[in-house]
Amino acid sequence: MDVVRKLQILADAAKYDASCASSGTTRRDSRSGGGLGSTTGNGICHSYTPDGRCISLLKILLTNHCSYDCLYCVNRVSSAVPRARFTVEEVVRLTLDFYRRNYIEGLFLSSGIISSPDYTMEQVVAVARTLRVDHGFKGYLHLKTIPEASQALIDEAGRWADRISINLELPTAADLQQLAPEKNGARIETAMDAIRLRIQESTVQRAKSPKAPVFAPAGQSTQMIVGATEATDATFLARASHLYTRRGLRRVYYSAFSPIPDASRKLPLVAPPLLREHRLYQADWLLRFYEFNVEELADARRPNLDLALDPKLSWALRHRDRFPVNVNRASRFELLRVPGFGVKTVDRLLQARRWHRIRLADLTRLKVSLQTVMPFIETVDHTPTGHGLDDDNLRARFAPPAEQLDLFAPAGASVSNPA
Amino acid sequence: MPAFSFDGTFADWKRAARRALAESCPPQAARWTNARAGQVELELAESPAPYGWESEPPARVRVPRAFLTLAQEAACHSDPTRWDLLYRMLWRLGHGEPHLLEVTVDADVTALRALAKAVHRDVHKMHAFVRFREIPTAAGSWFVSWFEPRHHIVEAAAPFFVKRFAAMRWSILTPERCAHWDGRTLTFAAGATRDAAPPEDAAEDLWRAYYASIFNPARLKVATMASQMPRHYWANLPEARLIPDLIASAQPRTETMVETSDRHRERDSDFGTASVPGSRDLSVLRSAAATCRSCPLWRNASCTVFGEGGPGARVVVVGEQPGDQEDRAGRPFVGPAGQLFDRALQAAGIDRAQLYVTNAVKHFKWEPRGKRRLHQKPNAREIAACRPWLAAELQAIQPDVIVCLGGTAARSVLQSSVRVLETRGRWHPTDFGAPALITVHPSSLLRLPPGEDPKAAFDQFVADLRRVSARMMGFAQGEGGALIRDDI
Repeated sequence: MDVVRKLQILADAAKYDASCASSGTTRRDSRSGGGLGSTTGNGICHSYTPDGRCISLLKILLTNHCSYDCLYCVNRVSSAVPRARFTVEEVVRLTLDFYRRNYIEGLFLSSGIISSPDYTMEQVVAVARTLRVDHGFKGYLHLKTIPEASQALIDEAGRWADRISINLELPTAADLQQLAPEKNGARIETAMDAIRLRIQESTVQRAKSPKAPVFAPAGQSTQMIVGATEATDATFLARASHLYTRRGLRRVYYSAFSPIPDASRKLPLVAPPLLREHRLYQADWLLRFYEFNVEELADARRPNLDLALDPKLSWALRHRDRFPVNVNRASRFELLRVPGFGVKTVDRLLQARRWHRIRLADLTRLKVSLQTVMPFIETVDHTPTGHGLDDDNLRARFAPPAEQLDLFAPAGASVSNPA
Repeated sequence: MPAFSFDGTFADWKRAARRALAESCPPQAARWTNARAGQVELELAESPAPYGWESEPPARVRVPRAFLTLAQEAACHSDPTRWDLLYRMLWRLGHGEPHLLEVTVDADVTALRALAKAVHRDVHKMHAFVRFREIPTAAGSWFVSWFEPRHHIVEAAAPFFVKRFAAMRWSILTPERCAHWDGRTLTFAAGATRDAAPPEDAAEDLWRAYYASIFNPARLKVATMASQMPRHYWANLPEARLIPDLIASAQPRTETMVETSDRHRERDSDFGTASVPGSRDLSVLRSAAATCRSCPLWRNASCTVFGEGGPGARVVVVGEQPGDQEDRAGRPFVGPAGQLFDRALQAAGIDRAQLYVTNAVKHFKWEPRGKRRLHQKPNAREIAACRPWLAAELQAIQPDVIVCLGGTAARSVLQSSVRVLETRGRWHPTDFGAPALITVHPSSLLRLPPGEDPKAAFDQFVADLRRVSARMMGFAQGEGGALIRDDI
């Protein structure tokens, strides 16, 4: 099998991993000491595909042969996809060739489990070691680690990689048992915690001496699949919050289950999971940068996020007593909760209002959508009227218009005969 | 109207602007002439700003560092009115508004930020979208790119490529400026034309293959793509020509995927939950298991091969699955592997009557090979589907020890995948109130890899089993006997 065909199979097999980030690592370059490559700390997306996702890294599997049978996974042993396997040398050459042409920031390498977890992990680590040691590669490396692999191999992976990750895939032990019988949630968390300790150790050592060895300086991340089980958004967010706070994860990725379930295509009574994935990312953002708690976004009474509205707007509509917020007097915390205000906008408003009383025109210059914020704020020249916050139709103003569903139209047909 | 001449660079504009300030030239009146281009870049007609005309010129202008940083970026913008904006802000900073940048909502401040942001973004996009082509030369490879930035950013963007590709020789050609790196020095030269750059080459096919394969047709977000990768840049991106086809074929590809997933779901419906009676009576369990349909293996098997042994057994031995002869006989461990197992038991001093023998999977899985039925390893779902039966057997017998023969048995008993060769001969805790010893499956002794000594392999197998008999003797001597503590 030629390299093009292998690349097609093993990139296709890798695309269900959402992460392609190349950010958050140490800055380094190839001016001194030779070699190839650099990292800027910010990450660069070298291209975008029509699915709206970026291409930052060469994201491939070493092999898509796998002895596991995780039901959600395209590479599971019972799946009928074509199989291929790269050699270590082939991956190294592809990475370097693509890198020299400025197609990529580096490599995201993952693999199906072949032979044994340690054997597989050893191959993945060999790619990283060859790139770093034999070729002086200074670009970004993201290695997927296997929780069952030995600690020595995970340690070596962390030594070469900028980021390492273990995919949790499903948020609860019961879900894992149901769909991924070989995976063990407790073991995954233990492995994550071991990685967290290594990262912490390296950070402490490097603060004392910059010559201390690095360990995955861009941290660890994970991914959960959304829509494959009954798990609610509250479950996902609670899990994510736990991973951020207790396990020190840098990012949690949410990936809508793919391929799309048949039923939602023929009867789109609820929006497709792509929108749910988007809402989870928005909520995740609120947890990390807007001082929201999981319970404020989703709890046992409202276990799922509102698909029609973004989670912050939805929260605001449920807490109208907290509004209007006076833009000229409110605290940062209060301003961050205004739908339509981002972190940057809030920080700019806080700076400007020391010199200047804020008016609506100022908000326009900050590119704030007045239509969104006006019901929730007061400025020098604006106070929401009775039609604002108390309006029963306020939600309807924001929610997208309800779509008339035609149960009997074949897929693709536009409008059916009203008779 | 006073005109100030400069060479089009930010450094020289600063010099000209200092002179304008020294002459108290108000922003409404200043005219900026790009001497290098030999043309007037900007002629300002009017400015609504109410400040400055009559006020006194400052003795010396001190500006915040943040202003210089922003201004330097904004100066690279292609907007011809940028010099006027910069001078107007400089004037204001020196005429009673030193805090101007903190008024983040001010029209000039937002305009300056917008210019700087556009330039910053263009530099970032140049770092991202430059595509090198490789030209072989006598002195090694030379990497050349043709790129069309939106603003005057070649100088600002080039150092990034020096850091990244320090050991390569490269050139980036653009219509306005070209950057060259020979491995030691970065030089800039006048603009070039597209035909000065090399034509496309075969390596780009590989890149396009990757681009097409990493795209997920089930999620089409063309607007997101276009906002992050504006069409302006597409002309020089080798992969961009695939975009229309990828978009057009996404819908049919997704439909195929959904149909395939329907087929998968039919296969999934082959699996169910085993309805295991709550009874602890082995004969009740055995007759219920005879009609089990919780996985599809029953279809090709002759019968369910349930475990065998007395209810008083203290040891439960778990194998993988029945083989050809077991399937015909309806009894476990009667084939060649079973006979070898009996010999090993004898050597280890274990009476088979003490044992209950069973399998992790209770139907024979096979594929036809000529007239033979060739054994096939059960997969994880089949093991999981059959596990409730094994659990029921273990709960009914409540053994003192469990012996796992091979990886499948170990996986089912311990509920995780283990490496048999690394864990054999040791005791492992289980959820069944009894420790499990892992050893190889006797069938593995029947098909040893060439070069391995069958005698040594058999002896090692017996040695593993002796740990069981030693432990059993410990039980026989009474609870708490020395041997019980073993090594759990």
